[in-house]
Amino acid sequence: MTSSTGPFIAAIDQGTTSSRCIVFDRDGRIVAVDQKEHEQIFPKPGWVEHDATEIWTNVQEVVAGAIAKAAQDVPGFTSADVKAVGITNQRETTLMWDRHTGEPVHNALVWQDTRTDALCKELGRNVGQDRFRRETGLPLASYFAGPKARWLLDNVEGLRERAEAGDILFGTMDSWVIWNLTGGAQGGVHVTDVTNASRTMLMNLHNLTWDERIAESMGVPLNVLPEIRSSAEVYGEVKEGVLAGVPVASALGDQQAALFGQTCFAEGEAKSTYGTGTFMLMNTGDKIINSYSGLLTTVGYKIGDEKPVYALEGSIAVTGSLVQWMRDQMGLIKSAAEIETLASSVEDNGGAYFVPAFSGLFAPYWRSDARGVITGLTRYVTKAHIARAVLEATAWQTREITDAMTKDSGVELAALKVDGGMTSNNLLMQTLSDFLDAPVVRPMVAETTCLGAAYAAGLAVGFWPDTDALRANWRRAAEWTPRMPAEQRDREYKSWLKAVERSMGWVDDEDAS
Amino acid sequence: MARNIQSLERAAAMLRLLAGGERRLGLSDVASSLGLAKGTAHGILRTLQAEGFVEQDAASGRYQLGAELLRLGNSYLDVHELRARALVWTDDLARASGESVYVGVLHKSGVLIMHHVFRPDDSRQVLEVGAMQPLHSTALGKVLSAYDPVAHTQAVEVEREAFTPRTVTDGAGFEEILDLTRARGWAADVEETWDGIASVAAPIHNRRRMPVGAVAVAGAVERVCGDAGEPRAALIASVRDCARAVSRDLGAGRF
Repeated sequence: MTSSTGPFIAAIDQGTTSSRCIVFDRDGRIVAVDQKEHEQIFPKPGWVEHDATEIWTNVQEVVAGAIAKAAQDVPGFTSADVKAVGITNQRETTLMWDRHTGEPVHNALVWQDTRTDALCKELGRNVGQDRFRRETGLPLASYFAGPKARWLLDNVEGLRERAEAGDILFGTMDSWVIWNLTGGAQGGVHVTDVTNASRTMLMNLHNLTWDERIAESMGVPLNVLPEIRSSAEVYGEVKEGVLAGVPVASALGDQQAALFGQTCFAEGEAKSTYGTGTFMLMNTGDKIINSYSGLLTTVGYKIGDEKPVYALEGSIAVTGSLVQWMRDQMGLIKSAAEIETLASSVEDNGGAYFVPAFSGLFAPYWRSDARGVITGLTRYVTKAHIARAVLEATAWQTREITDAMTKDSGVELAALKVDGGMTSNNLLMQTLSDFLDAPVVRPMVAETTCLGAAYAAGLAVGFWPDTDALRANWRRAAEWTPRMPAEQRDREYKSWLKAVERSMGWVDDEDAS
Repeated sequence: MARNIQSLERAAAMLRLLAGGERRLGLSDVASSLGLAKGTAHGILRTLQAEGFVEQDAASGRYQLGAELLRLGNSYLDVHELRARALVWTDDLARASGESVYVGVLHKSGVLIMHHVFRPDDSRQVLEVGAMQPLHSTALGKVLSAYDPVAHTQAVEVEREAFTPRTVTDGAGFEEILDLTRARGWAADVEETWDGIASVAAPIHNRRRMPVGAVAVAGAVERVCGDAGEPRAALIASVRDCARAVSRDLGAGRF
């Protein structure tokens, strides 16, 4: 390969299953990567925790590891060639720690953790789950950080008193990593960025400050909260380790980082990340769009003193995990990639539709009483048709989200930028383009999340002059264009919607949980 | 039809016997089940054992199916798995070389393009996944023919069409190219399939060192080739690095 020359930007991705550090060059090419998984702790059904101390140790290791690899591969490389470090992180995962010792008071409560379900219902009072929606853009749901903080304050002995005495700090994983990088108990800066703050349910989207009224209703004292800053500015310098002295210059929640890495800088541009689940974000410019279709309103990013850019977000719970289910639970395929081989062995779905509402239907339906169904079965249907229906389920669910986004925002989707593991599935990408009736585009760098954090950090220190320079870095690796006749698409969509209807109302109210 | 080889038939019967029912059988069980003399049965079992198809339990002396059989059954590589593994490396190759990248596998006497990365400029390009290319004139086809005996047989049997004045169509000339390909580990196509287009390809191996596909860079002949009309050395090195990286991801050792 043509070797990269400095200077470089480093990005730390503190993710749900692992922490990674990637070093990028000016063209946005990957120079070095290191990665380490951390333990998933399941104390009870529905509870998911991470050991924040382990995570911080891992972050230090992967930073050292990536820098060592870069030094090995790039002649003359020194850590002084790294001009800034950016942070991206699993969103909403919540931690509280002692500001004097740096000791977490409890394991971090992970975004998937559902222990705050009942608390969220209670917080809705007579208004319901949209009580704070106008201010925060979010429904009361167990993902978000505010209720998790409340749970910790209620359940860790003596924590509320310590918090009120000013000894405790709250943060999502960006805050934890930045505080530690910049010195921890010895002068670490306690900050978060607007995208992470927009997932706490404590920030007012309109003025990007903590909403005192909501914090009070939620029972979270204001003095534990970090300072809200932009996504791209220098928060401080790394205090110790291989990157000592390097500016810490960006923070973005993982999905927002992917939006940034995909250079969706214009209103109406959208990205969809296909992993275990799927997250789609659409840039809505300076407009805060209230969703009437069950989407979330969130901050996309904010560069320094510039105006914030907002986004609509829709997520699909089961996409890649449905393929895993076909492999692990059904045994119909040996590897995830084989789903394409099996699905390609037939021309169509044979009349079968698979609605993977394993834990209910999410956006735009929000029906917790729904469960998975396979409909349209006849003796003609083979496992290959089911495989095809599995891939189509991901494509149809994306269509439902884009329809909702168009309805809420009035902006038609021009093209969808995709990333994530499932983009290696050619049949899925073609199907997606067919069902959306829009081009589907895959960029050349698969690591859009880390790249987004690196881009934001690079902008903050002047490594890249502006977003136009980042756009120029973006390269199309593949593009799928619609081939399906409109009548066929409409007919199939109707059948899909019928199948979705069949999935609803399965769980009776009394045993719904 | 020629007469079948008796000892192979007997070996096959033994494998079926060990695969069913009790799974672990002693020598006398095997011999009596198949109506063979103990000495004959032992000779066949010993041969199967040496090939890894049968294992003998050290304590009981009984025979069971060997791990090699399982490996044989699993050695088939799904082409979509190949694409998933190749994705990162081929993106980087396209980016580093500034040219289009293709991954091809043998399919019906030709090369099936199962992965395609666009040339990293802003030009309109069409995804060529699913397209077929000829075996005898393309860099991908030459690599597959040089390393995969099945591809070789097919390339030799098909009519080798002259697409351009530079296409090599005679048998001896073609074999010479394959010898050269094996000797240097890569193949080129300089305007032998399409006027103005040159490409360079290298083989992808799996963990059993079997050729499972090939990766190629293709572009305008002026960019791909140097002044001497040969592909540029740096480009060749990039393609071979990429092929090695994908092979390593598939479990092949360093080479």
